[in-house]
Amino acid sequence: MIDTLRLTAEGAKKLLDAREVSGPELFAAYLEAIGERDPELHCYLHVCDDPGGEGIPIALKDVIGTKGVPTTAGSKILEGYVPVYDSTVAARCKEHGLRLLGKTNTDEFAMGSSTENSAYGPTHNPWNPDRVPGGSGGGSAAAVSAGLAPWALGSDTGGSIKQPSALCGNVGLRPTYGTVSRYGIVAFASSLDQVGPVAKTVRDCAFLYSVIAGRDPCDSTTVDTPPVTIPEGENLRGLRVGVPVELNAHEAIEPGVRHAVEHAVELCRQLGAEVGECSLPRSVDFGLPCYYLIAPAEASSNLARYDGVRYGYRSPRSEDRLAMYKNTRDEGFGDEPKRRILVGTYALSAGYYDAYYGQAQKVRTVIALEHAQAFERFDVLVTPTSPSVAFELGGRTADPLAMYASDLLTIPSCMAGLPGLNVPCGLSEGLPVGLQLIGPQFSENTLFRVGHALEQAIGFDVVPERLR
Amino acid sequence: MPEISRELLLHVAHLARLELREDELARLEVQLNDILAAVSKVAELDLDDVSPTSHPLDVVNVWGADEPRPCLSVEDALANAPDRDGDFFRVPPGGSS
Repeated sequence: MIDTLRLTAEGAKKLLDAREVSGPELFAAYLEAIGERDPELHCYLHVCDDPGGEGIPIALKDVIGTKGVPTTAGSKILEGYVPVYDSTVAARCKEHGLRLLGKTNTDEFAMGSSTENSAYGPTHNPWNPDRVPGGSGGGSAAAVSAGLAPWALGSDTGGSIKQPSALCGNVGLRPTYGTVSRYGIVAFASSLDQVGPVAKTVRDCAFLYSVIAGRDPCDSTTVDTPPVTIPEGENLRGLRVGVPVELNAHEAIEPGVRHAVEHAVELCRQLGAEVGECSLPRSVDFGLPCYYLIAPAEASSNLARYDGVRYGYRSPRSEDRLAMYKNTRDEGFGDEPKRRILVGTYALSAGYYDAYYGQAQKVRTVIALEHAQAFERFDVLVTPTSPSVAFELGGRTADPLAMYASDLLTIPSCMAGLPGLNVPCGLSEGLPVGLQLIGPQFSENTLFRVGHALEQAIGFDVVPERLR
Repeated sequence: MPEISRELLLHVAHLARLELREDELARLEVQLNDILAAVSKVAELDLDDVSPTSHPLDVVNVWGADEPRPCLSVEDALANAPDRDGDFFRVPPGGSS
């Protein structure tokens, strides 16, 4: 009997290597778990048959292009779209023998913080199905926590890996911009989008990152990356941990979240780290407005490709070409992509460009400089990942600005292209609290070291209480 | 900062090639003005001396050798076409734009 709720990818590899289970048995165990729990949780938009082999199964967020397997990005406009080539990350997973379990639910075009913007219905949080799993990668995060996949890939523009991992109680890495190829990924905001791993442990997360990281000739924004070290150590001696005041004392942070994070900071001290305060004054106040100009501006350009000509949905009301474009996009896109396309088109239009997009790009420089200054004194910064624990389904859908504020603490470091790791650090109201670890560019190994040491010290049980 | 009037919203929607229904227009007009009021906060900073960041990494252009290599077949390229005519994507006639 394989307990997929507890089984890590590392544990699965041991079982496979020792021939205690076969590849087909392992894959079948996940399909059985999906059959049992996914009708309630709706983590998957598409479930695959076992492609054969002895590798570890994996789930991929549905913005990741997979040859011969439907890829919808949670949008009606891509309903029925079947890629004719693999994204680089999907190809690298295959080269490592990983077997695709299925495609996970996402806010439409990864735009959202709750997975409720999916055209195919929301995903539910495995800790409490009345709560959201976070977003946009709620499907991947919920699948890992509910034992419906040992690990998964997500994508993160302003927090879409880190925030769902926080709300579902697992480990998620947004890697340094440029370390992982976006070739074959459905584009949202190209100066921000990054693909990254979601797992039950920091070690699994580090290993999966090593599978996907590295330069890709098909994505000219990628660079050579340092070799990945799978973390083992349990102390933090010699490490300088910075606590950015504004990101830890913000009024939006719930008391239960603050307490769990303060406990984790205290553990850093006990593990031998040197802990001190620092300040990122403008990153918090201006990060969110900066992001909600730059991301929609880039999205309005990227989403121009959905025109009903070459792939995806075409409106039946296409009497002439202009009508085809306009009706296809009106009927194919949901509310959130429309809002962002309109904001972005406006922010980029003649007469407004300098005041909006141009100014936001300068704010981005300010945010990057503030972080660089903090890293002169510290190796890693710690903050809550999400100001709140998982909120109720429907709780923020009527108010776009309330939903946007969910990403208050994840966005600043994304603007600076920095890596961030979410590690579960406790419970509040019976729901997981996530700790965000931020490092300088290419410091993934440091984040893994800190994350692993804290994970051991905290002893968080990643299996949702109601499923134990 | 200028507010988005109904007329301006319709103009931006046309630029974005979105045909919005009446009920959408009413909702979006309110939401877009709320969003723009919030993001206009970036104007509070005096950043005349700051250079813009368009890309988070300090990278230079990548050059590739100009050599032919395998690409998608015509069948693959057309596999997802909503409508086709032989080896072509078929689209409706151009209207007034």
